[in-house]
Amino acid sequence: MNTQNTLLSPELSAEALKKIDREVAKYPADQKQSAVMAALVIAQDEKGWLSKETIAAVAGYLGMPPIAAYEVASFYNMYDLQPVGRYKLTVCTNLPCALSGGVHAADYVKEKLGIDFNETTPDGKFTLKEGECMGACGDAPVMLVNNKRMCSFMLPEQIDALLAECK
Amino acid sequence: MALIDTINPLLTTGWARGDAGWSLKDYEARGGYAQLKRVLSSKMTQDDLIAEVKKSVLRGRGGAGFPTGLKWSFMPKAAPEKYVVCNTDEGEPGTFKDRDLLRFDPHSTIEGMIIAGYAVGAKRGYNYIHGEIFEIYQRFEEALDQARAAGYLGNNILGSDFSFDLFAHHGWGAYICGEETGLLESIEGKKGQPRYKPPFPANFGLYGKPTTINNTETFAAIPFILGMGAEAYLNLGKPNNGGTKLFSVSGHVNRPGNYEVPMGTPFAKLLEMAGGMRGGRKLKAVIPGGSSAPVLPADVMMDCTMDYDSIAKAGSMLGSGAVIVMDETVCMVKALERLSYFYYEESCGQCTPCREGSGWLYRVVHRIEHGQGRAEDLDLLNRVTDNMMGKTICALADAAAFPVRSFIKHFKSEFEYHIENKKCLVDPEVQKMGSGFFKAGAA
Ligand SMILES: Cc1cc2nc3c(=O)[nH]c(=O)nc-3n(C[C@H](O)[C@H](O)[C@H](O)COP(=O)(O)O)c2cc1C
Ligand code: SF4
Ligand code: FES
Repeated sequence: MNTQNTLLSPELSAEALKKIDREVAKYPADQKQSAVMAALVIAQDEKGWLSKETIAAVAGYLGMPPIAAYEVASFYNMYDLQPVGRYKLTVCTNLPCALSGGVHAADYVKEKLGIDFNETTPDGKFTLKEGECMGACGDAPVMLVNNKRMCSFMLPEQIDALLAECK
Repeated sequence: MALIDTINPLLTTGWARGDAGWSLKDYEARGGYAQLKRVLSSKMTQDDLIAEVKKSVLRGRGGAGFPTGLKWSFMPKAAPEKYVVCNTDEGEPGTFKDRDLLRFDPHSTIEGMIIAGYAVGAKRGYNYIHGEIFEIYQRFEEALDQARAAGYLGNNILGSDFSFDLFAHHGWGAYICGEETGLLESIEGKKGQPRYKPPFPANFGLYGKPTTINNTETFAAIPFILGMGAEAYLNLGKPNNGGTKLFSVSGHVNRPGNYEVPMGTPFAKLLEMAGGMRGGRKLKAVIPGGSSAPVLPADVMMDCTMDYDSIAKAGSMLGSGAVIVMDETVCMVKALERLSYFYYEESCGQCTPCREGSGWLYRVVHRIEHGQGRAEDLDLLNRVTDNMMGKTICALADAAAFPVRSFIKHFKSEFEYHIENKKCLVDPEVQKMGSGFFKAGAA
């Protein structure tokens, strides 16, 4: 474990590795790979996105082949394999949300920011993504900020406030 | 959203104080963990416990409605290593009940899982939590810490010889991980691609060990069932449809939200609880069990009661209890286009009929919606679904097919109008107004 730590030190901070250790401890001792999803999230939080090198570093730390970690990183939608803006906004446009304005909310953000889905504003501040059902359809329109903060009932006024709050 | 209205609250009793009533102290004050204590102190046998769950006719709340007690009884007795897994991957469009269950009352799910662990002889459990609800994942972890500190989790729980520990696994955006074997693969740190069945998880589950997997609401119901007695629970609902159920009502109602009602409650009553139709407009259609369930026209739905049997008789499924309400401002072609896109996007790609078929469905519905439909397209869509249903590893292919077939079946003239006139039957301005996003006049 120690040699791996030194090997990785330029890649992930000691604090990140500590968080990963906490995840590893949730699984049986011979099932470290189970922590790969959480470890990739921790790495993404720290680096902003997941480069091939970061993914390989995570794989090395968990003792799994880099390709196996890459498969996971490319399978799940919320991993960013390309750099994103400081604020990644994901708007749910699935049908239940659309019935209460999900698509209109996305259109509104597009117009305000001058970007389409999967684009980043020139100042590197915002990236816009289209999301699938977030399990919050009763609060539609909903959007997610940087994967972790869910915003509910996002009508024009609330969207304006959110965008203004993002520095 | 906290609790608005309910009939016979069980699962939602703890929701009354919103975010202020979720902690261990609050749960204990409501009688929480009393059932775990009773099971352990009375040394209830595993068989008696499973028999009690069977008697309640609790059916799985994750979508398939499989009898829970029966599922538990499939677990091999002798196996040394077994698991209990909770499915909080809630990604079925329209469903948002498990999120609120863990938000307002996480300990009922924890207690249910511990009791399930006792019943099937597992020492370890995992709760797989949907990627998009990080705040809920955090709360659940906090609740686990509380339960551990109080001695409800860990070795020799409450001085008994039963040991069980429980951990949360956070997803990261993949609908297919809601499918139970995709979920197990995902906990193992792999792509969430479903496994061939058989073998079923009860024989070959997490890490290849016998595993019981249930939905969050299923586990959460267990302490309440034991508390009131299986028979009383069953009698709350109707025969073969025991107990109460959470319904997530979304779409064109005045008060979208979760409503707990006894099985067999008329749909009309549920609609009334949700505040009725938004703007007093006319009901057009309802998807009664999450986006994978066939759509039903208004008149059929108004005659249904909310239980597995009534909805099945009407030609749909109670599914996850997600009730998607659509009024007359909805263009059914556009609605279907969005759902078909979802299944195309979320197919894991292992099976050719699903991977290719879901793409075909989306592209053909897309071209109809965008004025490029052809006269033969509706037959084509039905033929594509014929080649998908029942021919794949998991039920996502069927889930993609059901909406297509049912939308065309019940709203054929709207599709035909689209193909002939290259535009929506419902005026786009009317559609736009329906969402309530634009203030009247501002649009
Ligand atoms: C594509 C697909 C998605 C599913 N999504 C969920 C889900 O989000 N939550 C859930 O509990 N069950 C989901 N299921 C059903 C599970 O496979 C499984 O039947 C369920 O978790 C069993 O729990 P229960 O018996 O308590 O209902 C899904 C099934 C399929 C085929
Ligand atoms: S049916 Fe679709 S989602 Fe399910 S395993 Fe096959 S390809 Fe994957
Ligand atoms: S459809 Fe948007 S959260 Fe469910």
